[in-house]
Amino acid sequence: MRLPCPICGERDRREFYYQGAAVALHRPAPDADADAWQDFVYLRENLPGDHEELWSHDAGCGAWLVVTRNTVTHAILGAKLASEVAR
Amino acid sequence: MRVAGKGHIDRNSTVHFRFDGIEYQGHDGDTVASALLANGVRLMGRSFKYHRPRGVLTAGSEEPNALMTVGVGAGREPNVRATVQEIYEGLEVRSQNAFPALNFDLLAVNDLAAPFLSAGFYYKTFMWPRAFWEKLYEPAIRRAAGLGALSGQADQDRYEKAYAFCDLLVIGAGPAGLMAALVAARSGADVILADEDARMGGRLLAETEAVDGLAGADWAAEVVAELAGMDNVRLMPRTTVTGAYDQGTYGALERVSHHIARPDGRLPRETFWRIVAQRSILAAGALERPIAFQNNDRPGIMTAGAVRAYLNRWGVAPGKAVTVFANNDAAHRTALDLIDAGVHVTAVLDSRTDALAQGDYRLIRGAQVCNSTGRTGLDAITYRTTSGQEKLATDCLAMSGGWNPTVHMTCHMNGRPTWDEGIASFVPTAGSIPGMTVAGAALGVFSVQGCLASGADAARTVLKELGQSVADVEIPVADDAAYAISPLWAVAGKGRAWLDFQNDVTVKDVKQAATENFRSVEHMKRYTTQGMATDQGKNSNVAALAVLADATGRGIPETGTTTFRPPYTPVPLAALGAGSRGKGFAPERHTTSHAASVAMGAPMIEAGLWYRPSYFPRKGESNWRQSCDREVGFVRNTVGVCDVSTLGKIDIQGPDAARLLDFAYTNMFSTLKVGRVRYGLMLREDGFVMDDGTTARLGETHYVMTTTTAAAGQVMRHLEFITQVHHPEWDVRIMSVTEQWAQFAIAGPKSRDLVNGLVESPIDNESWPFMACGPVRVAGIDARLFRISFSGEHAYELAVPARYGDALFRVLVKRAEALAGGAYGMEALNVLRVEKGHITHSEIHGRTTAFDIGMERMISANKDCIGKTMAARDGLLEDDREQMVGFKPAGAIKKLTAGAHLYSEGAEAVPENDQGYVTSAAFSPDFGHYIALGFVRGGAARHGDRLRLVDAMRGIDTVVEVCPPVFIDPEGGRLRG
Amino acid sequence: MADTLTLTATSPCYGLLPKTLGTCTLTETDLGTLTSVAPFKGAAISDALKAAHGMAFPAPNRATGKTGARAIWFGRDIALLAGPAPDPGLGDLAALTDQSDAWACVTLSGDDAGAVLARLVPIDLRPAAFKQGHTARTQLGHLNASITRTGPDSFLILVFRSMAATLVHDLVTAMESLAARH
Repeated sequence: MRLPCPICGERDRREFYYQGAAVALHRPAPDADADAWQDFVYLRENLPGDHEELWSHDAGCGAWLVVTRNTVTHAILGAKLASEVAR
Repeated sequence: MRVAGKGHIDRNSTVHFRFDGIEYQGHDGDTVASALLANGVRLMGRSFKYHRPRGVLTAGSEEPNALMTVGVGAGREPNVRATVQEIYEGLEVRSQNAFPALNFDLLAVNDLAAPFLSAGFYYKTFMWPRAFWEKLYEPAIRRAAGLGALSGQADQDRYEKAYAFCDLLVIGAGPAGLMAALVAARSGADVILADEDARMGGRLLAETEAVDGLAGADWAAEVVAELAGMDNVRLMPRTTVTGAYDQGTYGALERVSHHIARPDGRLPRETFWRIVAQRSILAAGALERPIAFQNNDRPGIMTAGAVRAYLNRWGVAPGKAVTVFANNDAAHRTALDLIDAGVHVTAVLDSRTDALAQGDYRLIRGAQVCNSTGRTGLDAITYRTTSGQEKLATDCLAMSGGWNPTVHMTCHMNGRPTWDEGIASFVPTAGSIPGMTVAGAALGVFSVQGCLASGADAARTVLKELGQSVADVEIPVADDAAYAISPLWAVAGKGRAWLDFQNDVTVKDVKQAATENFRSVEHMKRYTTQGMATDQGKNSNVAALAVLADATGRGIPETGTTTFRPPYTPVPLAALGAGSRGKGFAPERHTTSHAASVAMGAPMIEAGLWYRPSYFPRKGESNWRQSCDREVGFVRNTVGVCDVSTLGKIDIQGPDAARLLDFAYTNMFSTLKVGRVRYGLMLREDGFVMDDGTTARLGETHYVMTTTTAAAGQVMRHLEFITQVHHPEWDVRIMSVTEQWAQFAIAGPKSRDLVNGLVESPIDNESWPFMACGPVRVAGIDARLFRISFSGEHAYELAVPARYGDALFRVLVKRAEALAGGAYGMEALNVLRVEKGHITHSEIHGRTTAFDIGMERMISANKDCIGKTMAARDGLLEDDREQMVGFKPAGAIKKLTAGAHLYSEGAEAVPENDQGYVTSAAFSPDFGHYIALGFVRGGAARHGDRLRLVDAMRGIDTVVEVCPPVFIDPEGGRLRG
Repeated sequence: MADTLTLTATSPCYGLLPKTLGTCTLTETDLGTLTSVAPFKGAAISDALKAAHGMAFPAPNRATGKTGARAIWFGRDIALLAGPAPDPGLGDLAALTDQSDAWACVTLSGDDAGAVLARLVPIDLRPAAFKQGHTARTQLGHLNASITRTGPDSFLILVFRSMAATLVHDLVTAMESLAARH
């Protein structure tokens, strides 16, 4: 599998660290209710199809990426810098 | 026997090789199979289950029968197909699965027991008693049925992995592949052309058809020569593309030195390539299928295409009187080629009643071969026509049930092939592999002319997709005969008719599977084992599912195929794991004190990737405990020196550096004074402890954080996550400086004496109190000094640029020794920290909270931090959670061990009664007995309780007293002294 | 008082290099002072770097400057200044971190240099894709590495200092396998 790092270009999957669903982008306020925190920390959708995922280009530039990946076909539909998505 | 004037072998060369200990001769260009056939050897193996005599069925990598063990000694390789192994001087090859000898195999008795050994026999028979399976049945079955065996010794040969990139990967160098590569290469594309064979040309080498007036093989050689001379082309012979993977990645196995008599020992046997191609063209050709009839597995019975290959490529006639049995026109060429070469053809038996003779040979229409005879090789066949049965003496039967396009790789990403009634076979479904175009026989195009055109077409399509210009390349003229076939899968009749030669699966087995309701093709495969092992059903799949379709009353398209998965042909694990043996398994990280530590005789132990000294033995010490106890004494009584460079060190700079630390740590760092160090605790977002360490404030906007050795990478990634994902607006930069600094702990009552002997300006308790830090100069070098302690003693850590680490360590050890101290290793370090109750990842193992380790007060109420909200969940604050405590022996002094579990005194040691567990244990020379750290339910309130400690693994059963986790100097007087 | 003390410097590949095998030579390279330059937000770092050291802040995957004074792109918004000690004024614009002792720096050169790296490095190093002045953060075997093409057949390779022995082991193994093909 190859991922298109917006900084380094397309790279082999071995250079990346997989974190999980991009849910982690949206941290609730400290005083948000228990459900919001439960969703943020634990709950993940696992439907077949397009997923937004967090990958770190550990062995490359070190950027955190939001990668859109189809879990059925493994097609990579795009990758953005997490710092820009989060902004 | 050889046929004069035929074949692409070097007849001037003589190559000696041995098969089962007997020496034979062949020529350069021969495979083991062709050379053995040339020597009149037909019997080459015994079948998997019934030990039936077998010869070659094919002339390629799909060979199911002629599996051999190549080489001798540790690196011998089993299950090599004789059809792909090139011969070389001194080659040793042995047959497999026969006892005591290939031509007299005692286990052939299995063949007589065949009525009992049909599909599902093992499943039904060896069920009871259950315990017998592992000890008796399975080993016995494995001995009787099976393939070759490994030597059982470590293979010392080299293997290698490599990466390659190209615009276009062409898979297969037959007419279609060569043409595709030629068009793309002349157009300027960067091309890799890979073929599993030693010589490129594919079927052109095995046929007599002309291309542009040249012999096909000569045309191929011309194209290969042109491609070889181009900078933008990489030719990869002996390279099998084994799998198609995501985003244009392909696996390929190059056989680098299997054909070389005495290769340079540094040369790898194989290279496993990962090829990344923007586009690929699959031109892998087609595989001929056998026809199932009674006893169709005798040596001497092979595919018609194999007979032509042995004749035309290797100049070998596989028999003196050859009979052809076919259901299609293409196979008739076999008779023509043989006659042309002067080999006697007894007859062509064509199952079609309307078949036309293509030359001067005896054609028997509407004929089906229904049996064969000959103990270890074919001597006659019986065939049936409407007028009855006839016996025909023949020593070679060339059979053809038609051709299957090599669709395998198009299925590697879940694609399913499409049934094509016209050629009675499956063809690739377009778009099955993104970026892959299929051409030639792999697409079901079976004429040479068609293949050349198809290859050129595919290249033009790909070039356009890549936005490259297309060179004008004329397509050569070649034979363009139509492919006419009428399906024939299995000849009706009694007796065993083989479908899958490798796994001894017959027509009857497949029908039985259907009868027993294993009707899905995937179930049939598992039940009968059809399509497994090295050939993965290349020869049998389509016929087997045709028989299944018939037995279940369905059509072939509805029945479908099993799933073809990578690899296309077997790939040794040694090649996949290449480079990961010995030193290549994982990087070794060496501290700057490594050489000095080794020179002092310290056993080096792995700590993650790092190597650290376990202890430093001295004369007269007979075991590690003596050394360890002595080293603990250094720190407690005089001074000890230890390399702590492996701890992660992270440089944090910027206006928002303090905010980052406040957010990452549970406690405050914005309030830390410049020139001071603070201990910090880091949580994961779920509220459990991630890591701990000290962080020093070097300047107003400059900190250096220490992490544990184990979590350095994780913490770095975590901090990047905070600054890139949670707070991209913060102006702060993070940089690992672990490798920049060599850092040494100097610990013990005399530590300041040692430090003051080194630094240019002496320090005292006023100028450098506990938790102070700052720059110092040592021998004219800028260094950093931190007054921190992991042992509980008055201690420092001195950091110098790593280039001076080796020299400084040697000086520190020498000077510590002059103060009656010395170096200490990991064992002593561990004892010291257990005595002081300091945690490591043994305690913060991922399931403990700040509350559990007694650090709940470190979660600042004045700010948010990672993990704060979730750490406050009710369930994580309950008093009966397992909380960290110390343990000391109660009553009899016994060894305490990490991993032991705790129970109430008198309670049975079963999980329901579990009260907690021990995480760290050490013999404390200060107390003269073992002490331990661990977790006990509600432990914080249970100091003084007695518990039963049981370590079932090590046979320990004793009583301990729960105590506070800090054993030494709980008031901290020594730290500040 | 400190007594007279001299500390001798040891280079990361001390005792390991140089090595020549087949067409390739592997040598340790002294790049001088190494400083990571990580600009703060909005800093005009490229102008300052040009004024102070005569080279622009490198774009991703590129190196600027020349032998003796290079700025090698080193990661997301980071460059490694190799050669001169950094102008102190840069410290107002960027986080400067001394890395002079943190990296094992080697040069691999020779006809087979590209083929040797193809055994270990999972990126496209073909001359047309990875030209002189191109650089990459990637892996070399199991090691995280910085690789820069410094000539038609020469590459500058940096890995963590502690892994120098593994770097040399992996490169020499690949060099041997290429040498054995000649």
